[in-house]
Amino acid sequence: MSKRRHITVDGNEAVASVAHRTNEVIAIYPITPASPMGEHADAWSVQGRENIWGTIPEVAEMQSEAGAAGTVHGSLQAGALTTTFTASQGLLLMIPNLYKIAGELTPCCIHVAARTIATHALSIFGDHSDVMAVRQTGFGLLCSGSVQEAHDFAAIAQSATLASRVPFIHFFDGFRTSHEVAKIEELTDDDLRGMIDDDHVQAHRARALTPDRPVVRGTAQNPDTFFQAREACNGHYLACPGEVQKAMDRFGELTGRAYRLFDYVGHPEAERVIVMMGSGAETAEETVLGLVEEGHKIGLLIVRLYRPFDLSAFIGALPQTVKQIAVLDRTKEPGSIGEPLYLDVMAGVHQATEARWEKKPLVVGGRYGLSSKEFTPRCVRAVYNELAETKPRHGFTVGIVDDVTHLSLPLDDMDETPREGVQAIFYGLGSDGTVGANKNSIKIIGQHTDMHAQGYFVYDSKKAGAVTISHLRFGPQRIQSAYLIQHANFVACHQFQFMDRYDVLEKALPGAVFLLNAPYGPDQVWDRLPKEAQETIVEKKLRFYTIDAYEVAKAAGLGVRINTIMQTCFFAISGAMEREEAIAAIKGAIEKSYGKRGPAVVKQNFAAVDTALAHLHEVRVHDAVTSTHVRPPIVSEEAPDFVQRVTAVMLADKGDLLPVSAFPVDGTWPVGTSKWEKRNLARQIPVWDPKICIQCNHCTLVCPHSAIRAKVFDGETLVDAPEAFQTTDYKAKDFRGLTYSLQVAPEDCTGCTLCVKVCPAKDKSNPRHKAIDMADHGPLVDQERDNYAFFLDIPNVDRTAIKRLDVKGSQFLEPLFESSGACVGCGETPYIKLLTQLFGDRALIANATGCSSIYGGNLPTTPYTTNSDGRGPAWSNSLFEDNAEFGFGFRLAVDEHAQNARLLAKKLAGEIGEDLVTQLVDADQSDEAGIAAQRERVVALKAKLSAMKGGPAQHLTALADYLVTKSIWLVGGDGWAYDIGYGGLDHVVAMGRNVNILVLDTEVYSNTGGQASKATPLGASAKFAAAGKDIPKKDLGLEAISYGNAYVASIAFGADNKQMVKVFREADAFEGTSLIIAYSHCIAHGYDLAFGLQQQSRAVSSGVWPLYRFDPRRSAEGKAPLQLDAKAPTTRVEEYMRFESRFRMVERMDPARFKNFVDKSQQHAERRIKVYQQLAGIEELGAPRGIDTDTDTDADADADAE
Amino acid sequence: MDLTTTYMGIPLSNPLMPGAGPMADDLDTVKRLEDAGAPAIVMRSLFEEQLEEEQIASHRAIEGHSNASAEASSFLPAHHDLAFGPDSYLEQLRHIKEAVDVPVFGSLNGTSAGGWLEFAKLMEEAGAAGIELNVYQLSTDPADTAEKLEKRIAEMVTSVKKQVSIPVAVKLSPFFTSLVHFAQRLDDAGADALILFNRFYQPDINVEELEVEPRLQLSTPSELLLRLRWLAAVSGNFSGSLVASGGVHDSIGALKAVMSGAHVAQVVSALLMHGPGHLTEMRQGLERWLEEHEYESLRQAHGSMNLQRCPDPRAFTRANYIHVLGSWRPD
Repeated sequence: MSKRRHITVDGNEAVASVAHRTNEVIAIYPITPASPMGEHADAWSVQGRENIWGTIPEVAEMQSEAGAAGTVHGSLQAGALTTTFTASQGLLLMIPNLYKIAGELTPCCIHVAARTIATHALSIFGDHSDVMAVRQTGFGLLCSGSVQEAHDFAAIAQSATLASRVPFIHFFDGFRTSHEVAKIEELTDDDLRGMIDDDHVQAHRARALTPDRPVVRGTAQNPDTFFQAREACNGHYLACPGEVQKAMDRFGELTGRAYRLFDYVGHPEAERVIVMMGSGAETAEETVLGLVEEGHKIGLLIVRLYRPFDLSAFIGALPQTVKQIAVLDRTKEPGSIGEPLYLDVMAGVHQATEARWEKKPLVVGGRYGLSSKEFTPRCVRAVYNELAETKPRHGFTVGIVDDVTHLSLPLDDMDETPREGVQAIFYGLGSDGTVGANKNSIKIIGQHTDMHAQGYFVYDSKKAGAVTISHLRFGPQRIQSAYLIQHANFVACHQFQFMDRYDVLEKALPGAVFLLNAPYGPDQVWDRLPKEAQETIVEKKLRFYTIDAYEVAKAAGLGVRINTIMQTCFFAISGAMEREEAIAAIKGAIEKSYGKRGPAVVKQNFAAVDTALAHLHEVRVHDAVTSTHVRPPIVSEEAPDFVQRVTAVMLADKGDLLPVSAFPVDGTWPVGTSKWEKRNLARQIPVWDPKICIQCNHCTLVCPHSAIRAKVFDGETLVDAPEAFQTTDYKAKDFRGLTYSLQVAPEDCTGCTLCVKVCPAKDKSNPRHKAIDMADHGPLVDQERDNYAFFLDIPNVDRTAIKRLDVKGSQFLEPLFESSGACVGCGETPYIKLLTQLFGDRALIANATGCSSIYGGNLPTTPYTTNSDGRGPAWSNSLFEDNAEFGFGFRLAVDEHAQNARLLAKKLAGEIGEDLVTQLVDADQSDEAGIAAQRERVVALKAKLSAMKGGPAQHLTALADYLVTKSIWLVGGDGWAYDIGYGGLDHVVAMGRNVNILVLDTEVYSNTGGQASKATPLGASAKFAAAGKDIPKKDLGLEAISYGNAYVASIAFGADNKQMVKVFREADAFEGTSLIIAYSHCIAHGYDLAFGLQQQSRAVSSGVWPLYRFDPRRSAEGKAPLQLDAKAPTTRVEEYMRFESRFRMVERMDPARFKNFVDKSQQHAERRIKVYQQLAGIEELGAPRGIDTDTDTDADADADAE
Repeated sequence: MDLTTTYMGIPLSNPLMPGAGPMADDLDTVKRLEDAGAPAIVMRSLFEEQLEEEQIASHRAIEGHSNASAEASSFLPAHHDLAFGPDSYLEQLRHIKEAVDVPVFGSLNGTSAGGWLEFAKLMEEAGAAGIELNVYQLSTDPADTAEKLEKRIAEMVTSVKKQVSIPVAVKLSPFFTSLVHFAQRLDDAGADALILFNRFYQPDINVEELEVEPRLQLSTPSELLLRLRWLAAVSGNFSGSLVASGGVHDSIGALKAVMSGAHVAQVVSALLMHGPGHLTEMRQGLERWLEEHEYESLRQAHGSMNLQRCPDPRAFTRANYIHVLGSWRPD
């Protein structure tokens, strides 16, 4: 038997390690928080890692979880040991196949990082709502509560499924377990061989569908037999718990870790018992053991095997003395008598009472931990307190304040369970490398000491400037605390600006060590602290250290990556490890992690480590508070009430404190909140020189965050302008005589530099100076804040006065999408911003889940906003897979409303006035003037209606606004459009209704971390195509063109912004379905996005990304519907590919393969252009179909009127 | 006709050597060059700073977004077998070694002693017969004197020579105030050969866009004249081998280089323009010329027109300038 080693891994890796070694086929689809399991499995198979039978598992990425489940089913039927990994909506998509796999008694173990199902909102975090939604499928459900258990139960479940033939879902809490990094004992291959009975494997293979021994499965059965046949499996389900226990016993013999189907911990004569499962049970166990020591007669029953539910094992595990039971469910089933686990326990106690207890114990149920809500020892104690009440409440909640239905339990002020060792909290930015360094530190401590180690990481939802908070525990005792650190003896703040934003020292224990990265010396830093921080430091007598890590990083050439520097400081002053040993270990880790990135990278980081400690200083803490500067308010005092009461609390990282009453009942939120969140991310911001500016507005068009804006206005507006506010005469004819200004939003700019890169205006004497240059943020922010406030108050130009809605004209329209959380330099958001400028005041947007739904709709603040009339995009996200259909539904509803409004208007024409009704019904709304005129008519109509009585008038008042044309947009990424939502998208295109589909094509699943999609180009390395994708991307545009009835365009704003604007306008004007495929540069391409525009140009000039428009209206005019908008390729595809790491990685691994990709990509691009050129020569592809969908409505209206 | 020559102690069948360039990237081309009579293969320059910059840029692009989001701890696959650094170059060197029988030279364009030492050693281990150190430093710092720059280069050569046992050639730019003196200094530092000269990448100016645009143009035969003059001057003042590089496009050009003192005439642009077969034509042309002029071997011509032996050395020096001006007439 080989020796077991200790490894420091997260739950996903712990599970994948077992799954990969005990399966032959793995079909997956990425979904948070389960994606890393599939990624590990794929990476290991690519590396040639074998399973315990000596073969390399096949890993296949499918188009959706439904596809993955179908593949799993098929592979199982064909006799291979098969698994998949998923969560949440993904598990729901698998349900039909789960029934089939279970119905056919097929051994299989699926691993689920349990995650919230989207209801009133999406949440990527953990609870049991997904697994509870499949408890009826016939799958066994085995729950683990820690990283070690997740590793162990993966093996136990695999063993039990083979023995019992009942398929299993092994689940563990998303994020809390899947993403917690912990030191565990690794199961060896021999352990796994010891757990897997080869006879069972052979039996599974013997049941395989094979023409050598043919059978039929999947028959259709009739009322005469289905019922009986369905009952035929019962014996297997009855035997299953026994098989699981056998597997657990075998596991105990092998490893010494003993598990039961229901594990009881606590007082042997407990009277109050909690029943629960998952990571919360770890916290409960830790708390219970402490309370029992204090003499409390309490206990905890941990449910391991939830399905099949073994009644006798359950009853047997409960102490006979129990009087009150609280069942905690990590899910919510609105309208039920109680949540699922409660109902099972109730039924179990009811069935067993007579024999077991003299008096039936009282059972109540409660909810906790939805969407990873913290479940702390205080919550556990609150539940026991409730059970001690004379009449414990049923249906309670714990961990929140419910001031509406008053179901929440009061929390006492019990502290976190005290422990020896280090409890450390680190505040950092995603971009500064804090989390990576901390993961690294855990591994170092895990490997180099006997200490237990745990790390958990909290991220905000921004893609640019994401705030991260790391929670690290190290100590001699086993760590069961599945909750954030409540009391820290080490606090590090890696970003000085956080001192003004967060109560960083709130959780510091008296005498704790505080490490601050500050751009000030040890003598100045004290005076720079806000008053609150000084007070805390003095009061808690903190030991205060500081370092200017950015200076050290700069000197070492590391840019903004301060990870290794801060890590070195942590080890130097935290006492977690002996300093020299720690530094040697850090260097070892650098060598290991970065060695493959090249010696230069290693050298730089070594230099940073070597110089860090010389710049680390202990700060003399003054006895008295000297600072007069207090932390500024989170949002401006001018922010609306809701933002003050709710949003600001969330922004201060205190959202947990908000009570139920603060929230809307149905997930409906006000728009325009991102403007109140001033993030000040940019280290440099653009500065405008009006003397050089040619007023082209290209800068505002490309800005991903709407942080640079242009206006034309009457110069008289400037009377009260701040002194530094810059303007110049407007140069072109259309608004001659007016004044022009270009203004940066200094606190919203992310410093991406795209505006500077696109600026064509250079100083002729000193071309290094452009009309926009970047300059340091600090000295400018106060001045520009005032300027921006003044700028915003200048009225926008009348939309109808803009003669040409081209690049320049479009940028005088107010963006109704601003300051989103998208990445610095994002290649998607400029398209969305333009959409809102052109059509936002009449747009409904259906947004597929993905990056655009996260930066578009993730709280605390959202970027869609309104104009001065209160109009703006109405936005919603349904799911990932259904977005085309979801938006299509918008169109049907809107058309129905409009039809109804016209019908009512005609009915009431006598009272309203025939002329007005005729104008309303026949209005030409093809331009801004037409729309404005119609809006005025609607105002007149409403005025008339207000004086009228009766139902029809009231109905028409409610529907009148639908007489103004609406623009329906279906927005999403390539994962949606090419893969999971393709079926729906294809169908919607075929339906021909007036919807506009915008595909933000990053050629990869960006939001979940760069997995290959069918949009991934030939030769690009992506997750699940690590060696480079060996087939070209799907030509989605050509497929849509094949219908002949849709407007289809391919655009790239960095290559041709004129064409981009034209396409948006044509798509909106087209009275049928429009599909715009928009090249979107992305961080997943692996280069500095400051060069995104140049790279877009390379994509177009090389032919990789042809620009075209296919307009069916041209067919009717006898013209070729397809127009190519880019010149014949002038550069080689290789030039494009060489610029991006996703392609270059392949060369680094296998130059010959790269060269082959280059050649094939060149051929493919040339062939594709030729196909388009030929198509562009075809003048008649048939008359457009499905365009005039409204033609019948008047006739219908007339008929109805009769 | 005996065209043999000796380059840094290594006997070569002829002096017409494909110089450092992209041809060695492709194994098929390498084999065709050997078939065409190439006496050795020189790989393209490995740029130290380029390597480092690419490593760092790539690392930042990948690492800068890692562990920054709850949904994605990274955005590109974690490859375990990436070869950032000289690995792929060394791999190619090994492949060429296996594919051909002629010696293979590595070429290194570096700026720091650290990088040169490390990569030179790796090239030796990979089987390089010798190394070209391409000294390409554009000194734009007002505090950087000519003396400092020369000293730095000489020290780097010494350091590399201490590290490796294979011969080391130094490829220079033409812009040295006192090249002959410097050649002797490099001789003392241990340089086994001088390659005259590397060709500056001379960027152009786009007047429409007000941009400086990098431009790489192939050499023309007129560039040979500068080489001839300095070969002639250094020949006899440097104990190692001399190489003409830049402007050798045909057999007569190569012959002139040899007569000026070159042991080897490197050819790149002409081969890029005409293909590897051009090497055969050049060799045959050289043989034909030598035979027609009743030379016994190429060695007989070697250095015959250097400064020490040519009939009128003044023609290579300042007087030459006066002659040229004197020979110019307006049309």
